[in-house]
Amino acid sequence: MDSSSRGAETGRPVLEAPDIARVLTRIAHEIVERAKGADDVVLLGIPTRGVFLAGRLADKLAEITGRPVPHGSLDITMYRDDLRLGPARALARTEIPADGVDGRLVILVDDVLFSGRTIRAALDALGDIGRPRAVQLAVLVDRGHRELPIRADYVGKNLPTSLRETVKVQLTEEDGRDGVMLGAAAAGEATVGRHAERHAER
Amino acid sequence: MKRHLISAADLTRDDAVLILDTAEEMARVADRPIKKLPTLRGRTVVNLFFEDSTRTRISFEAAAKRLSADVINFSAKGSSVSKGESLKDTALTLEAMGADAVVIRHHGSGAPHRLATSGWIGGSVVNAGDGTHEHPTQALLDAFTMRRRLAGGEGDLSGRRITIVGDVLHSRVARSNVHLLSTLGAEVTLVAPPTLVPVGVGSWPCEVSYDLDAVLSKSDAVMMLRVQSERMNAAFFPTEREYARRYGLDGQRMARMPEHAVVMHPGPMNRGMEITAEVADSPRCTVVEQVANGVSIRMAVLYLLLGGAEPAVSGSHPASMSTESTETAARTEEND
Repeated sequence: MDSSSRGAETGRPVLEAPDIARVLTRIAHEIVERAKGADDVVLLGIPTRGVFLAGRLADKLAEITGRPVPHGSLDITMYRDDLRLGPARALARTEIPADGVDGRLVILVDDVLFSGRTIRAALDALGDIGRPRAVQLAVLVDRGHRELPIRADYVGKNLPTSLRETVKVQLTEEDGRDGVMLGAAAAGEATVGRHAERHAER
Repeated sequence: MKRHLISAADLTRDDAVLILDTAEEMARVADRPIKKLPTLRGRTVVNLFFEDSTRTRISFEAAAKRLSADVINFSAKGSSVSKGESLKDTALTLEAMGADAVVIRHHGSGAPHRLATSGWIGGSVVNAGDGTHEHPTQALLDAFTMRRRLAGGEGDLSGRRITIVGDVLHSRVARSNVHLLSTLGAEVTLVAPPTLVPVGVGSWPCEVSYDLDAVLSKSDAVMMLRVQSERMNAAFFPTEREYARRYGLDGQRMARMPEHAVVMHPGPMNRGMEITAEVADSPRCTVVEQVANGVSIRMAVLYLLLGGAEPAVSGSHPASMSTESTETAARTEEND
């Protein structure tokens, strides 16, 4: 049932563990450059894998700037626009750093950017928590096919895909290994796979 | 648990833990500047109360409003029920108004079950206490409170020893708690005068004792029940004073409880009867905490019943839907 097993069987690796580490280091440097020192940055990961990515980015930023960077998680389940298309979903943890987000530069972190609906939900969720100075978006993989006017400020890898393909991100914290796999949905379940994937991203 | 929440006995362990976990996240909304989620926007929740209640009705109302549902409060007093309208006609009226969920409290045991199975209404039915039968959301909030105090707010209650003391006969809270707590792995002991132990208690998943002092020292939580004088049509015990002396919880008895043990009460309390003021006001007494947790639990129940196209709690998928729902589960995995 777990989709990760399916991805692992049929996937072609796009990024390996060292690539992911390099990509995150680059994004961290970009953040410091664009935020002029990253003094007021708060990293919020979107569960599940975005949270781990936010944690890793925070470590890298701390290395570069020499200061701890607050990071947390932002669950978007209750703000999704497709809640009524499936059974009610289990919630994930929202963990906002103690100093909050008011007046700060919040960087949302997610693994894959696809339709953009997850980010739309995250912006709504963020609005109920506080009023950041600005909000930016960092993603490990941008696979295209946006359905909303949303773009990422920091992209690990632009990955042109067809809607039939699946993108699977694996992280040590959750899956035991680091990697990004690009897989083709099996012919028989092509349509199903596409729907599944599009919902998945929302 | 189908589409409805009628009895705590319908919940599997996984259902119960899912509700408690969801409530744990809902509780965090209360700490935010904006205590509101958009999740149930456009859904209507009717509070149908045929019996007096402060806590439960307000709690359900607050829960529904925090999830952005529209709330209609209906109390039998001052409604057509006092003119003789039947439950069926009331239900049909609510259905015509488009209620997505009906939260019902009724003096007749089984009224919520009737409402859920009669086909009068299409929405979900949540039992908010029926007669002397069940009060599942109270049991859930009690379990939630115990899990926070005794089990670090995670998992189930396996191995915890919980004692429920008092008027078990008239208590829907006790019955729901016995079912739910045993589902969650706790060992439940009922303590009551023999006259206040219901017939058929032998089939309940719990022990029965008539000696409070014997079980106090090995209890992780002691739940005191209110003596429901309004339901008593006969003499169940000689005098109130004797009841208080043998089955009431006072400071001396509380001192014999283990260090970590908590005192619970579903409210409203009869101070001086089943619980002394000293105990009720002590930091070991969780009454106020229970009320606060009630809102989180009811948000979780409403979300899990109404939040999706179908309820998230097991046993609810008709056979034809099962493939699709597995599919959706996979999507959730994949997304994150």
